[in-house]
Amino acid sequence: MMSTRAVGLRSAFRQAALGSNSSRSQALRTTLVKRSVQTQSLPPSAAENILNQQRLKRPSSPHFTIYQPQLTWVASIANRVTGVGLSVLLYGYALAYLAAPETFASANVIELIHGLPEVVKYTGKTILAAPFAFHSLNGLRHLAWDSGRFLSLKGAYSTGYAVLGATAITTIGLVLW
Amino acid sequence: MASLALKTVPSTFARGIAARSFASSAARFQAVPTQKPVLAKEFKIYRWNPDEPAKKPTLQTYKIDLNQCGPMILDALIKIKNEVDPTLTFRRSCREGICGSCAMNINGQNTLACLCRIDRDASKDTKIYPLPHMYIVKDLVPDLTLFYKQYKSIEPYLKNDNPPEGREYYQSIEDRKKLDGMYECILCACCSTSCPSYWWNQDEYLGPATLMAAYRWMADSRDSYTSQRKEKLQNEMSLYRCHTIFNCSRTCPKGLNPAQAIAKIKLELAAE
Repeated sequence: MMSTRAVGLRSAFRQAALGSNSSRSQALRTTLVKRSVQTQSLPPSAAENILNQQRLKRPSSPHFTIYQPQLTWVASIANRVTGVGLSVLLYGYALAYLAAPETFASANVIELIHGLPEVVKYTGKTILAAPFAFHSLNGLRHLAWDSGRFLSLKGAYSTGYAVLGATAITTIGLVLW
Repeated sequence: MASLALKTVPSTFARGIAARSFASSAARFQAVPTQKPVLAKEFKIYRWNPDEPAKKPTLQTYKIDLNQCGPMILDALIKIKNEVDPTLTFRRSCREGICGSCAMNINGQNTLACLCRIDRDASKDTKIYPLPHMYIVKDLVPDLTLFYKQYKSIEPYLKNDNPPEGREYYQSIEDRKKLDGMYECILCACCSTSCPSYWWNQDEYLGPATLMAAYRWMADSRDSYTSQRKEKLQNEMSLYRCHTIFNCSRTCPKGLNPAQAIAKIKLELAAE
């Protein structure tokens, strides 16, 4: 491959040197300039190395920041967040009670909340009731899926909206209760 | 015979030249297209060049006259590449939604550029990103090596140690029907790259596309390796990272339902 190219070049040189036609030698000179670019041939084993070097530098494409918010994955994240929140509250309170049973006794907690203004009471109740309602109802949705029901896209969306509606009603009910 | 051919060829050639020169010289033969008003729409496209790896990926804006462009996003991309910026890099092949090459994230949703119409509202721009959470080879081209390896790992072909002798595999109409909605998958990777579980765990979780392919072979009445195929998925990561999010079914450009296939695998594994 390399040797034939070299031979081709040499004959081109000879013709360029001998030829008197100026336009033709001009064309040849430009081709000579183009041809003089050095290429370096590598063994096939080197390709892997080059590829791995490139792979190290590749960026990861953006994901949740650019993905359209859809009921599907937003509800899933909400389910996870509310679950974590409720668990932290449950375990946090239980551990706190273990550490200081006197301070966190039911009577003390009731007394503390009794003294708070109405706005704070209702806000606090909503903050507790909404995640509880959503996580419980969405749990039922997952139970239905895992037993083979509502497994179409339409089923996923209608149950999703049903859970959202039921969450709103349950939250209001719990707050006013 | 040969001389006849030689004689006729130049004459038709000459006639062709004459006709063409006549046509190009007469202005009235060049029909002037009815000019539509310019409908310029902005396309913001993710760019990253491997030759300048230190430069961060950016969104580059291109303005295209929609009245001089085909109806699909792929038409716009090809127009940009042909007329504005030849360095723009993307995969495409069939332009009719059967090869799966042009899968990308268009306006926040994974789909095939060739099946996605351009929104003709020119006041809103269209954002085009590569498939989410994938390593980028260049611009809109993600590295699908792992995706294909995962597909290979589930042995996506008929396995049967006792093939019927002297005839084809017979299958009842009902058994054949079980494969509908699964065999049509074109492996465009839209579903897998829309799945948050796959974003966070793609090194171990197989992802919706591969799992649906796995179920396609489990559900096949002609395959005798169903129990081995199930056994392979009996671990924490391969299958059970699916949390029934339904992004996969929502985004599938072929209208398939990977979430259902995965739920069926879970049910079958639980019933064992």
